[in-house]
Amino acid sequence: MTAITADAVPPRATGRGWRGFGLLLRTEAAVWLRDATSVFFGILFPTVLLLGVGFGIPGMREPMTDDVPPDSAWYGVTPIATYLPTVLAMAIGTLAVLSLPVTFATFRDKGVLRRLSTTPMRPQAIVVAHLFINIATTLVGVAVALTVAQLAFGIVRPAQLGVVVGAFVLGMLSLFSVGMLLAALVNKPSTANAVGSLVYFPMLFLAGLWTPGPIMPDAVREIGQFTPMGAAAQAMDTGWFGDGFPLLQYVVMAVWAAVLLPLASRLFRWS
Amino acid sequence: MAAPIVEVRNLRKTYGPKVAVDDVSFAVERGEIFGILGPNGAGKTTTVETLAGLRGADGGAVRVRGIDTQRDPAAVRDILGVQLQEATLHDKITVGEALRLFAGFYAHPADPDELLAMLDLAEHADKQFAKLSGGQKQRLSIALALVGNPEVAILDELTTGLDPQARRATWDLVERVRDTGVTILLVTHFMDEAERLCDRLAIIDGGKVVAEGTPQGLVDGLDDDRTVVVRFAPDDVARGRELLAGLADRHPDVTRTEAAATTEVAVTGTRRVLFAVVPALAEADLVPDDVRTVTRSLEDVFLAVTGRTYQPEAQLAAAATREGDRS
Repeated sequence: MTAITADAVPPRATGRGWRGFGLLLRTEAAVWLRDATSVFFGILFPTVLLLGVGFGIPGMREPMTDDVPPDSAWYGVTPIATYLPTVLAMAIGTLAVLSLPVTFATFRDKGVLRRLSTTPMRPQAIVVAHLFINIATTLVGVAVALTVAQLAFGIVRPAQLGVVVGAFVLGMLSLFSVGMLLAALVNKPSTANAVGSLVYFPMLFLAGLWTPGPIMPDAVREIGQFTPMGAAAQAMDTGWFGDGFPLLQYVVMAVWAAVLLPLASRLFRWS
Repeated sequence: MAAPIVEVRNLRKTYGPKVAVDDVSFAVERGEIFGILGPNGAGKTTTVETLAGLRGADGGAVRVRGIDTQRDPAAVRDILGVQLQEATLHDKITVGEALRLFAGFYAHPADPDELLAMLDLAEHADKQFAKLSGGQKQRLSIALALVGNPEVAILDELTTGLDPQARRATWDLVERVRDTGVTILLVTHFMDEAERLCDRLAIIDGGKVVAEGTPQGLVDGLDDDRTVVVRFAPDDVARGRELLAGLADRHPDVTRTEAAATTEVAVTGTRRVLFAVVPALAEADLVPDDVRTVTRSLEDVFLAVTGRTYQPEAQLAAAATREGDRS
């Protein structure tokens, strides 16, 4: 009799929801931060790179008066300052393209996504949680880098702050779209690492990590402007030191995001 | 009688040309431990994963408490706990964190601390997943399947890779869980596990149910043949063999005798075969070192219904060989 009564009770709260998302986000963040590699590459790497280049390479802190023509946007700017847009773009790319795909490949490899699918929580929630975590970490890493750069080198204020911020946001959008596409497809952490590096390092080169701002060859600039990281660096450079509007770079980043994000969402493998 | 809490009817699931589940039907009553037993690759895991709504079926019907899990998998998440084979957690999440996290997903979760105590995990609550032993990981996995206070729990191969002591502890645990009122669907390739734990079970082979019933019922349903194995001292083996070999012709209850191990003879016949063997030995004054009746088990049931000896790892071994050939 009891069994029959129990059968008559309508199912409890149904439908996949977001109950417990706050806890999921907090737990994922706490666990993620236990990994020293994520913390180093996510938060400290941009700062370490800036300090290393600024103090390690002679002349990086001398304002440029001889190397660039007086009508150049970079006239009177220190080389280390012209390096900033590239480092900020790199900061986004490191987490988006190197770290995020490895995180999801590991989840898939370990069955974390499948495990989550058996609970009332949507497995999508863990994707959203890690986007939050990575975006927040990017912002912290960039804030630390800018603060330290300001203290160590005294950086010029952006000429057009809005353009820089817009470029940074679009840069995040497009680079995380690239990262999400990799994260959607790669099954093994080692593959994610390899594929991520294969995308990351050429993008770094095209974004001017080895040839920032004034010393970038035209060919690198021409190609780089069509990559998410190169476009982000160039757009931030224009906003920081110039007076034009980097329309092409903005459009390039928007298109990358508009194409890759839906693709990543469609192709995402849950097991 | 109440409707079964779990119903699988004519389930079929294929991956391209490969038929993983051909035609599987069974029903599970509320409060029982129901076993799904079979060799690796028989389609057990596919069956329960489809039942849980984690995979799409190609045919048939699957219901949990009347809810079609193919049409509305989300509707059973709150009442169905699943412990998946090979699904693990972050290396660096602690036992307590994992349990509290999963508890947060459910409308009416169990108390994580009570579960920790019940599963002997309380003292490991702050341990990270990667540092747990195999048995501890399995217990945590069971805890996670139960933290939502489910009505039905699917436990898939939960003692694989555990040492004998941890296995027995896990068995006790499963029984304790059932005693709290949870219906358990136990997937296993271990005959002894199914025999020990299950109230009823279905034996699956090649994607089909080949036998279903209580463990005792299945064994009792075998033919009436009984076998007695007699072991002699080395000096007596020759005489013993000769004596027992002649028994098949002389005694109506004996059908055949075979030399078993070097000093053993197996005598097979009717249920009364023991009564034929012992007086013959007494008459010849042949004192055996040991006499034992061969206990029949689910392995004999498997042999009877499939015509093959039960080899749980056969498919795996074959796969490993292929792997080896390639490299």
